[in-house]
Amino acid sequence: MSRGVRPADYPPPFAPSDALAAPTDPVDARIEVGVLIVGAGPAGLACAIRLGQLLEQSPETAERLGDVPVAVVEKGKTPGSHLLSGAVVNPRALRRLLGGTLTVNDVPTYGEVHGEAVYLLTKGTSVRIPPPPTMRNHGNWIVSVSQLGRFLAERAEGGGAAILPETDAQKLLVADGRVHGIRTGDKGLGRDGKPLPNYEPGSDIVAKLTVLAEGTQGHLTGVAIDRFGLQGEQPQIWALGVKEVWKVPRPLRHIVHTMGWPLRKRARYGEFGGSFIYPMGDDMVSLGFVAGLEYRDVEFSVHDVLQEFKTHRLVRKILRDGERIAWGAKTITEGGYHALPKRFHAPGLLLAGESAGLVNVPTLKGIHYAIESGILAAESAFRALQRGESPGRVGALEPYDESLRSSYVFKDLYEVRNMRQAFDKGFFVGGALASAMTVTKGKLPPFELRSESNAERTLIRAGRAKSYPKPDGKLTFDKLSSVFLSGNRTRDDQPSHIRIQRHVARDLADAWVHMCPAQVYEVGADDGDGLVQVEVNASNCVQCGAITAKGGRLTPPEGGSGPEYTLT
Amino acid sequence: MSILIFLEHHANELQKGSLAVLSKAASLGAGEVAGVVVGSGVEGLASQAAAFGAATVYVADDPKLEAPLPQPRVDAIAQLVADKGFETVLFAQSILAADIASGLAARLDAGLNWQLTDLSAVGGELVGKQSALGDSVLVDVGWRSTPRLGLFRSGAFDPVEQPAAGTVERFEPQLQEHSLAAEMVEQAHAEESGPSIEDADVIVAGGRGLGEPEKFALVEDLAKALGGAVAATRAVVDAGWYPYSAQVGQTGKSVAPTLYVACGISGAIQHKVGMQGSKTIVAINKDPNAPIFEFADLGVVGDLHQIVPRLTELVRARKA
Amino acid sequence: MKIAVCVKEVPDATAHKRIDAATKRLDRSGEGALNAFDANAVEEALRLKDATGEGEVVVVSMGPERALNSLRKALAMGADRAVLISDEGAAGSDLVATSRTLAKALEREQPDLVLFGQQSSDSDGAVLWAAVAERLRRPVISQVAELTLEEGSLTGKRQTEFGYDVIRAPLPAVVAVADSINEPRYPSLKGIMGAKSKPQETVSLADLGVDPGDAGEAGSRTEVLALSEPPPRGETRKIEDDGSAAEQIVAFLAEKRLLS
Repeated sequence: MSRGVRPADYPPPFAPSDALAAPTDPVDARIEVGVLIVGAGPAGLACAIRLGQLLEQSPETAERLGDVPVAVVEKGKTPGSHLLSGAVVNPRALRRLLGGTLTVNDVPTYGEVHGEAVYLLTKGTSVRIPPPPTMRNHGNWIVSVSQLGRFLAERAEGGGAAILPETDAQKLLVADGRVHGIRTGDKGLGRDGKPLPNYEPGSDIVAKLTVLAEGTQGHLTGVAIDRFGLQGEQPQIWALGVKEVWKVPRPLRHIVHTMGWPLRKRARYGEFGGSFIYPMGDDMVSLGFVAGLEYRDVEFSVHDVLQEFKTHRLVRKILRDGERIAWGAKTITEGGYHALPKRFHAPGLLLAGESAGLVNVPTLKGIHYAIESGILAAESAFRALQRGESPGRVGALEPYDESLRSSYVFKDLYEVRNMRQAFDKGFFVGGALASAMTVTKGKLPPFELRSESNAERTLIRAGRAKSYPKPDGKLTFDKLSSVFLSGNRTRDDQPSHIRIQRHVARDLADAWVHMCPAQVYEVGADDGDGLVQVEVNASNCVQCGAITAKGGRLTPPEGGSGPEYTLT
Repeated sequence: MSILIFLEHHANELQKGSLAVLSKAASLGAGEVAGVVVGSGVEGLASQAAAFGAATVYVADDPKLEAPLPQPRVDAIAQLVADKGFETVLFAQSILAADIASGLAARLDAGLNWQLTDLSAVGGELVGKQSALGDSVLVDVGWRSTPRLGLFRSGAFDPVEQPAAGTVERFEPQLQEHSLAAEMVEQAHAEESGPSIEDADVIVAGGRGLGEPEKFALVEDLAKALGGAVAATRAVVDAGWYPYSAQVGQTGKSVAPTLYVACGISGAIQHKVGMQGSKTIVAINKDPNAPIFEFADLGVVGDLHQIVPRLTELVRARKA
Repeated sequence: MKIAVCVKEVPDATAHKRIDAATKRLDRSGEGALNAFDANAVEEALRLKDATGEGEVVVVSMGPERALNSLRKALAMGADRAVLISDEGAAGSDLVATSRTLAKALEREQPDLVLFGQQSSDSDGAVLWAAVAERLRRPVISQVAELTLEEGSLTGKRQTEFGYDVIRAPLPAVVAVADSINEPRYPSLKGIMGAKSKPQETVSLADLGVDPGDAGEAGSRTEVLALSEPPPRGETRKIEDDGSAAEQIVAFLAEKRLLS
């Protein structure tokens, strides 16, 4: 038998240079803005809000930035449409952004965390264990990040930012070694890529400074990292989270995290992750399962693992007589400290939030880092612009890196720098190492663990699907009815935005079929050469990004496509 | 209580939907029921209404009323309501009837309830049933004053014979200037392409179970035999087997025909939301576990390539 | 040429639509969007304006203040300004009350042409234009799939249950367009950015001279009495093909009287 298949053996037909261009629109047709922010998530919106605050104090700087000093482009239907998280958020950065006296009632939240429980599960049992120090959440706020996004967008707009939803940032405009802005995608293309009668070509949006705050799997962030040589010392890795929101008759009083079942413990499976169950007021709960994309079994499916998880007595009890009202999926950047980009800036460009890798996996936190980095980006941008300096000059934005590196964001990430990789060694060894690291603030173990990228993991067949429950439409659900619940309204007759090889080893095709929570991939005809065709139902895609981790490349579809999350 | 029913005609026939509403009104036993026919050379049609419960049929017969335009009919019916004191005027859904009913509502300041699926007399008051939000909720609707106007969903009832006097009474409506402003320039009633899927009473839809694009001919033949339109699922439209304009489902069109025949369609929720309002659903699929069998009225587990051609033959023979 | 396009904000198509049991009205608390069918009317208005090379397209709507967000989509597509009738007293209006209030706003605008989309996606309503035309005493053509403008008149081609009609009417007129008439344009980025600064006027019932007794629930002639669950679909009759499936289907259709 030949050596196993790796997703990386079938690299996607996509080169970063495909998404790089010089400005092409005639000068008078270009849209000119001062600071262009890509992505209306916590990072981008915090940046827009902070810039609004600073520019209000400095009208002459605002003047210099033109008619539209700050613009935010967002590929979703509205800000928040593509935002999905747990989420329990540390209010620290929100307070710095919106005022130190900000309370839990000033922001759309579901209250403070009052109690928490961590369980270690086996199929039939649950053992409550003391929460590890990284997982203590007392005083943090429970939110729907989708709703938080809508709220922050209103604030940003109130502060003078132009929010441009349904606008996909398709290309990074680079000329003379600096970033000039982005090119938005064409609209109204047919399946074959030819213009339909209502074709509307994309536009060049040029800016003095561009901030990429694209969230997980940032399309242009990947391009910029490649173009400006910003790749960190280790490859980035991701987890995939699938979550549901349930309406329940009985309130849940505390937040719950679980480890263990239904994941398999042996290191060989590479199954690392856990669940969260958070109350959303008295009548809703948010629950989800997150698993690292370094898993190896071709039948591994986070969506189905979540369904399996819900059949546990502990979870059943919480959901009894409830009704599922929302569903969604998204990847989470998990590489941590060692996978951070070398620099967070390039001429004319800043990187912020999750697309820059600012996620703390052991504490399950990233939103406050996103907000903090957005604030720091705004402050650095403002200082450069106020001095009348060109942000396009090499090194002009260096102060952003300095402020980020001296912030608590970096301190936190450094302390947990080796924890995530430790779990490559399996659940128990990893857990023990993680505890040691917590106690020593990251100093132990003295060696630095290596990680391979998710796509370099060799696939195996180890019967993962055997234990998935058959969807009953009440507690457990199939993928298609779930996609439906995500509000996905992607236009069917647009070109596919998913770049993969369409003729691959069966193991990889099967792995994609199981991996995708939205049933985008189907195994087609057997080509008789040991390879199979892969059919792609691109309009099912909820843009979770898993395909980018596992051998393909997600690019943004036509603006306004994708899920329309409102509760996630 | 007296009820007037607008009797729509086409090609020398009173429309089935109008007669169904007429016989429904007569069956309520809530007072005298009359019909009104408006057109040119239509006096002969009035007698058709007697069999379905019209005590009186009012006829406005004038060459100026020949074209099936709504506004002169608003004038005619408003005048009848004023002269004869009708408390209720009912319509069967059609493009013409909806425009008349709405115009009449404005002319008379009369409440109009639409999408009605039923009507009953409760203690001297009329209560309508309205199907709303894609048939997810039933609403009891009423009227706060007379005259009451009601527009019934197509296919809400079938005509039921119940002989009545059917006395024909002619009247001369006074037509208003703005009502005569629009004019019919041309009418092309040859149905070359068949009805569009939104308007069709019968839809035959094909899915991936057809196997290959050429097999859509089976669906087209059956649709032709049944006098219906052809629809397709997203999967086959995606595959380029059929044009996007025929796509039914979440991202395509929503339809609610009297009969929906699904051939080789699994019934994923994305398709279901576009056709679940159909009155009767017949599904043919070889997979006994296909979700469509959970909401079809008749589910046939079998090979559509055998069943559909034979079905087309039988339907043709029956209609011949 | 001045064209008024009557549009409406509806609950976003993906929102879980429900009727509020207390008010017996559609719950409009969730996210709203421009009724998709109205985009066809806006598009047609913009094409007519482009074709004549001059004129104005004004969108007219009734709804809560925040409906301006949805009207902005029409402005981003290219409409020149928006008028929103927003008044607590107009909430719960039925056809009689809505057509009266809308006609008042249109009388103020004096457009040459009033356009509607083919239906609202929330209430399945597809009648308002005829009532408005009656109040304005203008000719009306509905379901128009092709619209041609001539000197002082227009011609509309439409599909009916029986085939095609071609109808001509003098201006000013009221026209409801079918969604097959065009493919609405995507708003350009410049359009989206410019929409916010276009004139957007909010008017009250008093501004229009509508008596409070003639609007909202007070001015309505219909009422919702009760809400109930629809009856479940009948049980599926499931058969396995034994060679006589076609015959059994025909028998079923005959029994349901679907083969007349």
